[in-house]
Parts: sequence; C-alpha cells; structure tokens
Amino acid sequence: MPPILEIRGLEARVDDKPILRGIDLTVNPGEVHAIMGPNGSGKSTLAQVLAGRETYAVTAGEVHYLGADLLTRAPEERAREGLFLAFQYPVEIAGVSNVYLLKAALNAARRHRGEPELDAMDFLALVRGKLKAMEMPEDLIYRSVNEGFSGGEKKRNEILQMALLEPKLAILDEADSGLDIDALQVVARGINALRAPGRAMIVVTHYQRLLDYVVPDFVHVLSQGRIVRSGGKELALELESRGYGWIDDAAPAAVRAQ
Amino acid sequence: MNTAVRERPSDRAGREALERALAAWPAIAPGLPGMHASGIAKLRENALARFRASGFPTARDEEWKYTDLSALTARSFMQVPGDVQAATAEPLPHHALFDDLGGHRLAFVDGRHAPELSSIGPLPGGVRIESLGAALLRDPAALETWLADSRGHSAMAALNAAFMADGALVIVPAAVELAEPIHLVFLGATASTVQPRNLIVVGEHSKCTLIEHYAGSAPTFTNALTQAFLARDADVEYCKLQDEGERALHVGGTHVAQAQGSRFAGHSVSLGASLARHDVTAIFDGERCTATLDGLYLAGGRQHVDHHTRIDHAQPHGTSREHFRGILDGRSRGVFNGRIVVHPGAQQSDAWLTSRNLLLSADAEADTKPQLEIYADDVKCAHGATVGQLDENELFYLRSRGFDAAAARSVLTWAFARSALDAIRLAPLRAHLERACLARLPQALPLAELA
Amino acid sequence: MDTDTTHIDELISREYAHGFVTDIEADSVPPGLSEDVIRLISAKKNEPPFMLEWRLDAYRHWLTMREPDWSSIGHPPIDYQDIVYYSAPKAKKDGPKSLDEVDPELLRVYEKLGVPLKEREALAGVAVDAVFDSVSVGTTFKSRLAELGIIFCAFSEAVQEHPELVRQYLGSVVPRGDNFFAALNSAVFTDGSFCYIPKGVRCPMELSTYFRINAKDSGQFERTLIIADEGAYVSYLEGCTAPMRDENQLHAAVVELVALERAHIKYSTVQNWYPGDRDGKGGIYNFVTKRGDCRGAHSHIAWTQVETGSAITWKYPSCILRGDNSVGTFHSVALTNHRQQADTGTKMIHIGRNTRSTIVSKGISAGRGSNAYRGLVKVLKTAEGARNYTQCDSLLVGDRCAAHTFPYIEVRNPTAKVEHEASTSRIGEEQLFYCRQRGLSAEDAVSMIVNGFCKEVFKELPMEFAVEAQKLLGVSLEGSVG
Repeated sequence: MPPILEIRGLEARVDDKPILRGIDLTVNPGEVHAIMGPNGSGKSTLAQVLAGRETYAVTAGEVHYLGADLLTRAPEERAREGLFLAFQYPVEIAGVSNVYLLKAALNAARRHRGEPELDAMDFLALVRGKLKAMEMPEDLIYRSVNEGFSGGEKKRNEILQMALLEPKLAILDEADSGLDIDALQVVARGINALRAPGRAMIVVTHYQRLLDYVVPDFVHVLSQGRIVRSGGKELALELESRGYGWIDDAAPAAVRAQ
Repeated sequence: MNTAVRERPSDRAGREALERALAAWPAIAPGLPGMHASGIAKLRENALARFRASGFPTARDEEWKYTDLSALTARSFMQVPGDVQAATAEPLPHHALFDDLGGHRLAFVDGRHAPELSSIGPLPGGVRIESLGAALLRDPAALETWLADSRGHSAMAALNAAFMADGALVIVPAAVELAEPIHLVFLGATASTVQPRNLIVVGEHSKCTLIEHYAGSAPTFTNALTQAFLARDADVEYCKLQDEGERALHVGGTHVAQAQGSRFAGHSVSLGASLARHDVTAIFDGERCTATLDGLYLAGGRQHVDHHTRIDHAQPHGTSREHFRGILDGRSRGVFNGRIVVHPGAQQSDAWLTSRNLLLSADAEADTKPQLEIYADDVKCAHGATVGQLDENELFYLRSRGFDAAAARSVLTWAFARSALDAIRLAPLRAHLERACLARLPQALPLAELA
Repeated sequence: MDTDTTHIDELISREYAHGFVTDIEADSVPPGLSEDVIRLISAKKNEPPFMLEWRLDAYRHWLTMREPDWSSIGHPPIDYQDIVYYSAPKAKKDGPKSLDEVDPELLRVYEKLGVPLKEREALAGVAVDAVFDSVSVGTTFKSRLAELGIIFCAFSEAVQEHPELVRQYLGSVVPRGDNFFAALNSAVFTDGSFCYIPKGVRCPMELSTYFRINAKDSGQFERTLIIADEGAYVSYLEGCTAPMRDENQLHAAVVELVALERAHIKYSTVQNWYPGDRDGKGGIYNFVTKRGDCRGAHSHIAWTQVETGSAITWKYPSCILRGDNSVGTFHSVALTNHRQQADTGTKMIHIGRNTRSTIVSKGISAGRGSNAYRGLVKVLKTAEGARNYTQCDSLLVGDRCAAHTFPYIEVRNPTAKVEHEASTSRIGEEQLFYCRQRGLSAEDAVSMIVNGFCKEVFKELPMEFAVEAQKLLGVSLEGSVG
C-alpha cells in the first residue's frame, strides 16, 4: 500500500526565524506515529504546516499526501481530503453553535467526495452516537463553538469532530495537555476507537503519559526542527526516564521510520 | 443662507471674560517667570493665541457639553498675581498638610510657593523637588521642551500655559526609586485666581509616588495644569485630590506622556468645589505601556463635577484600565466622559473602562459617555457604564441583619466609594482619602469605625 | 500562497447585485429647490392647502438650518440645488387602478429585486407597497386589509382619502424643523407609505414597502407614517435598493411611528442601497430620521435594522417612551466595507414611569469601512423605575477599518437603572484557520462567524427577512479578511 504521508526535507520558518530545519517522515496506513520533543522543538509547527497554516512559510522540501502534493493546497481542501488536525488550543467562535460547525464540516467533506449531504435528522442521529462514545452531554453541541468550554470539554470536542469526520490522517496536537486522568482516558479511548487499517495518526505530545493509553508504532524525537531519534514505543519510556536533556547532545540524524 | 446665531448670555460672559484675560495680559506678562527667555516667552504667547482662537469653552463644544463655565466667566477673576486680598483671607486648612504622611512636601498658598509649609527631606542625587516659578527664573531653557508639549490640552490648559506663575517641578533622574511620597499641596486662602503648573519628569527605570492636593475654604478659581513625562520603564503612582471649599471653582488637567514599558497608575478623587472639571490624558508613545486611571467623585448640594479622560493607544501592546465611580446627592450633577483611542497599527492593545454612578437623591443627575475609537483590529477593548441606586437586595440583606435603613444605605454607599480607593498602593494616603470621603458622605458618622 | 488573501480579493471585487438601471419614462421637475418647486410638487399631488402650508413652513425653517457636522462621517459638500426633487414614472392618465395597470417594466424591476408583487400576494401573504423613486406604485392586499379597517396605502393617497388622520399625526413625532434633513424631507417629500391600524386590531400579515431609487440625479424623500391605535399590532418591513451610479444620490426619508395605549409596532428594515464602488465612488447618502412615539401606556415600539448598503448611513431610529410602562427596543446590524461609512444608533428617551428600553447594536467594519454607534439613553426626572440595557459590539475585519462607540447616558432619576456594555472583537486568523481545517471555505467561515455575531439581531426579524439579511451580509462582506 502506498504511504499516506511522505515528508522530505521540510523546512519552514515564521517571520525570519527557522523552525523546521529538514524533516523527513513517512507514515503508512494503519500506523500511529508519536512525535515528541521539548518545548520549542517544532512539534506544533509541523502539525500546523501539514494542515496549511499560512503563518509559517515553507522554504524547502516537499510533502506528499495520498500520493499528491500537499503544500499547494488550501487548508479546507486538505481537510476535505481527510487530513484532520486536533488543535492544541481549540478556537472559540461566539454565536456559532457547535452543531452548526459540525454539520457544515461534515457536509463540506461529503460534497467533496460526491456523496449526498446529510439532513438534520440523520446528522443528529449520527452525532448523538458519537457524543455517547465521548461521554459528552448533548447540550454541548448546542453551545457556541468551544466558548466557555472547560479545557477537557474542548479536547473532547476535538475528538468528537475527528470521530465524525473520519479522517485518513489525524494529527493530534497535544491532545492530552491540561486533562485530568479521567478525561485523558476518555480522550484516549476516543482515539483508539478510530485506529483502523486504512487510517494513520500522528500524535504530537510533550509527555509520554498519553502514550500509555494510545500505544504508538513509532516514536520520533524532534529537537531544534529536526528528527534526532526514531524508534519504537520504548523510546517514549526512555524519554520519560531521562528527560529531553540528552537528545540535544545526540548527533542530529534524519532517521526514517521503518 | 444662515441667519446669524443670536448670542446667549453665557456666550457673552465667556466673550467678555476672554476680553478681560487678553486685556490683562500686557500688564501681567512682564512679571511672569521665564519671560526673559525667548523660548518661554514664545511658548506663552503661542498658548495665548490658541486661547484667543478658541475662547472659553461653551456647551456647544462637544467636550464641554455638560459643563457650563458661566459661573466662572461671570466672575472678574483675571487679576494680577500677588494681588492678594489679605483682609478676606481664610484660615489655612492645616489638616491638609498630611503631617503623618512622611516624605516630601511642597506647599503653595494662593498659587505661590510657601517654603514655611514645605518640607523636603534628603533626596538621592539628581532628584529635584522645587518651585517651578523659581526654576523658570533660573534656567528656563532646560524646561522648554517639556512645557511646549501641548498634546491633549484644552483651551483652559492653553490659558494656564500663558499665565502660569508657579507650581511644582519634580525631576527624578534615571534608575532612582523614591521610597517616600511627594506631596504637592495647594492651599487657597483668599478669593484668588491661581493657575498652578506642575511638571513631573521621571527617568528610565525610576519610580515615585506623587500626590497633587487642593484644599482650602476660600472661593478660589484654580486652573491647574500638570504634565508628567515617564521615560522607559518608569513607574509612577499619582493621586489628585481636589478637596476645596464649596465656593471654589476648579479646572484641572493632568497629561501624561509615556515611553516604552512605563507604568502610570493615576487616581482622581474629587470631593469639593462648586464646579470641578478634570481632564486626564495618557499617551502611549512607546510599546508595552500600562496606564490605570481610577476615579471617585462625591457631590452633593449643587455641586457639579466633570471628569474627561482620554487614553491614546498610539503604539502596540499597550494596556489601559479605567474605573470611575461617582456618588451624587442633593441637586448635584456628575459627568464622566472616558475616551479610548486605538491608533492605526496599535495592535494588541488592551483597554477596559468602567463608569459607575450612584444616584442618592431625586434631583441628582449623572451623565456618562464611555467612548471607543478603534483603528486597529487585533485589540481587546471593552467598556461598561451603569447608573442606578443602591441594590435593593443588598439593602434588604443588611436590614435583615439588624441595620436600620439609613445605616444600611450608608454602609453600602461607603462600600461603593471605598472600592474606588482600593487600588491606591500607599496605605497612609489611602487612609487620608478614606477619611476625606467619609467627611463628605451623608450619615458618615456611624461609619467612622469602618474606615 | 496566501489563499485567504486571494479569496478575499475575489470576494471584495464582487459587484453590487441590484445595480441595474431601469429605463422608464420619468416625469421630473428640473433640479433645484425653491418655493415654486414645492408649490409644483404639491400641485402635482393635488394636495389640500394645509399640506402646502406645512411644506412651505418646513422649507422656510430649513433655510435657517445648517447641515449637521457632529457625526464621524465625511463627504464632499452636497449641492442641494443640483438635486431633482420630484421624479415619477410617467402616468398613464390617472395612474394604475390595479396591479394589471402598473407598467410591466416596473413590475420586472421588483421581480429582479426579489419582490414579485403578485407572487407575494399569492404565496407569502405580505402586503407590499412599492415606492419607485418617489411615487408609490401599487399596494397589494388592500381589500383584505380594508375589511379589518386597516388603512395601508401610498402617502399621497392618504392625503387625499384620509386628510384628517394625516393632519392629526403628520409631524407629531418628527416635527417639521426637527433637524436639517427632516426639514428638507418635510418640504419636498413626494410619497411614501401610510398605515393606520384601528383599535384592537392585530394586523394579520406583515406589511411591507420596497423602496428603489432609479432616476439619475434624483433624491428620494419618502415619508412613512404608521399609527397603531389602542391595542393594535403591526409588523412592518422595509427594504431598499438603488442602481449603481457614479454620482452620489441623496436619500432623506422620515419615518414616524405612533403607538397608542397597549399598541405594538415592529418596524424592520433591510437597507441595501448602492454603497458605491470599492474606491468610494458613487453610492447613496442615506440621511434618515426615524422616530417612534410610545404615546400610550404599555405601548411597545421595536426597531430592527440591517444596514449593509449606502455610501453613508446616518440614522438613529429612536423611541420616545412617554406612556407609563412603555417599551422601546432597538436591534441593529450595520456593516461597512470598502469605504462605506455608517454613523448609526438610537435614542431612548424615558419619560413615563417604569419605561424600559433595550439596545443591541452589532457593528461590522471591513476593508476601509468606518462604523460608529452613537446612542443616547436619557432618563428624565419623571421616569420613575426606568430601565435600560445596552449592548454594543463591534467586529473588525482587517486592520484598515475603524469602529467607534459613542454612547451618551443621561440620568435624572435615582430609581432608574441603566447599564451599558460594549466590546470589540475581530475575525481572527485562528478562527478562520480552524474552520478551514474543518473543511469550510474561507468565505463560508467568515459568513458563519458574522452571522453568529449578528444572531441576536436576526432573531428579531421576520423569518424571510432574516434569511435575506443573512444572504446580504454574505455578499457584502465575505472574504474581506486581509
């Protein structure tokens, strides 16, 4: 099977500051990759660049998604093609109900795939099922998008959206930050339920904690904009016990997963 | 196609007062400090020209819509400085010297520096706390740049700039933290016209606390103008206390220019005078400035008190906070106009303003106008205003705890006033202000113990 | 690379959808204003003498007045002698007796505007009075309304048929000399709508007027007068469009509402006059005086407006809360894009006891648009127990626009409670990116966010108007994020 995502020599900067300095990564269907690294190493930038954030200028390298060039496409095209980013800081939108956004997003993707749009009844039935799985109260979907949501509610809302949109590639940016252990388990269950042979995930996280529940196939360590170590899930445990201090000393090496 | 607008009596009074002021100029000017220096003389003449062009403000000026200066212009106030009618002198309010405050005191009586009432303690090198009049005689050129900055000045400020005779000069050089407060106190003893001018210059990374205080029971007309210049990262706490007698008229401006990273915490407490008008402005000339302006006004009888504030977010990343509270009793009128301007390019400005007014009597009036003018998009700006009376639930709660109705009202009124003073950092000053407020509040006696 | 910007540029360049010119023979008087022109207008309308006197009084007063300069709008001086004060589609003898007699070209205009009179009559149950330039062209549903005693007709017709009502109420809310533009209107208004709902009658359908300025150089000066007698209810809708022209055109209307005891008037406006092009060339100067008088106890006047058009909007629909327990509400969405300027708001004058008012204002500034809320809440000494709540929000789209708030609050009664809140927000790049990451186009995202921002106002509009308003916002604004 062809890879879902292939990143080669990706460099990106914000203003004049280089953040990503040559990333290589291949993600195949069914795989879960964890990207770890200290603050400022470029983890979130990588996630945002893949989703098409214009704040970052890509200065070198290429990215292929499902065999086609990703970087020239608008964020919404990427989304409709099945690339989903769960935001570290989900955005609040006053006055726009959560259910409206969910339905608009789902139908935008369905239109893109040439499928009929869901009507309100079918959509509600679908969303109710997902709500239950995420242990979210129904009233949450009638409130304004993320407005007044607790940290845990916001993160669950992201996973809810992911469950609904059924992406091919899900990028989860610090999906565990700010969650207590119960909420973390709910979020992790939501993520695991979506693991599937045709779907890939990139889990961006600072701590190993989430990886106790969402066990990755590969772990990559990002430092100063480069992947400096790659390995199996045991690498996460090593990081947990040794911290990030040692990796900066390690020789930068662009190691391909596999 | 317009028929000539007929002149109203108040306009005529204003015009005549303007004529009197202009007529007095040739006699007064030679005796004003700094006239021997061409720069200062020019500055005074320019200010006079500005004043001549605008005249005394009238209700047709949007900025004076609610405040009628005819009580002022009707008086024949423009006299030669020093023309003191000693026979009518009132006893000096010695309690206003705040003896327990400590620090440095620069006192003025009827606008003139009074060394016998002043007490300046030992000062770190380079710090100056002295008479501006004296400094203008000695070295006028050194002060010219600051005195020439007329941004935010009203017509009344121009009048001051022309006729200023004395006031305080405070210069704190870079990297000095003055631990002790500076108390500038202006006492009115006679029916005089005084136009104090205060100049405060605080250097980089320096810190100080100033009190500008007006007191006395004489029917004075004060037209004060204070300028403060904060250099980079300077930190100034400033309190203006207007506690003059019931026959006094008070117009004053405080204008602050802030360089990058500076912090200004201003408080305006207006208690006395039959008519009081305070203009407070702050301009952010550098990034990351912070200004907080708090105010409290208490008015009763036929008092009229007006605050006009303006904060110019001219540079990015500035923060401003304004909280004004008014308590209006009798037939008094309280006016608040708070203007926030976010200039083009002043992104990440954060401004918040509230105006709260308590009406205690059927004949009191509150007029408030919080204004936002925004020319940048990445900003957080909000304002709120309320006018009302004491909360029925709170009153009921206190009465259910045994307070009689009058006491309950007093407690809540006091609580409303007091919260406006909470932000004052200097504890002994806060205590003075609380006592001064209590003395003005109805049924204050049972509250003394709360102070 | 910057797809947002491209999107936005495309959207900004979108043309005004109602900017067609209709070629109809017009009967106009030459440009300029004088007592003779006023006499001519009055004669053409075959008015009774009291109307002519009223107009001339207004004109003489207007001559002593000056154009107001206190708002935050700016425009080149208007030459009042260069305006055509009367322009009517040429009458076929005595004017249309029914819709069938109305010029088919005219009817097509309304169809293009989305106001197919006949369809409305049949389907929507909306009675429409359409004002083309200055003359009312046809009022639907008249007979059904007449059964209930409701008078809904062109103003000129009311002057002929119901002179006693006109005489009693005209100028009783907005006096002839109220302000510069109202005085001008009083002198030269040529038509408009008149509506009277008798005691205890609840008008069974939405009444509606569509205004359109067509003739070149003509000003539109319509006058609307609505009287709801004791216990009556009426919901009135007003929509406006104008063709694209390079010259600025003046629209100076006056609307007067009178609500007697327990009467309830809902007045909704969707204003989409031609805003001028992206450089600010052309467009309507919309200087309108709208005022409602809650004359009776427990009466209620509700203004709702969606202002997306005009080069300049200057209007302050107001309520005089005279009757005890009367209620005034004002819900407004004002959008300015390109170089549009809006200075709008309301006045709530509390006179009666326990009067209540609510103000919800949503200003959206995009491009180089400038948007000001200017409002007055005045509580007089007599207004025991008065209440006001004001909420005033600005949404900024792009960093070249401007948003201002000037709320005047004057309170003279201690039992009153007045609360005002204002906030500013923007459509942030974060919000847009978030929506696009979920698959929404930039234009849908902006539209969704703006509609969310305006929700509180839209819910005050009748359903079909709300839908239209949402669409209008979409067209006027989308993608103006730079």
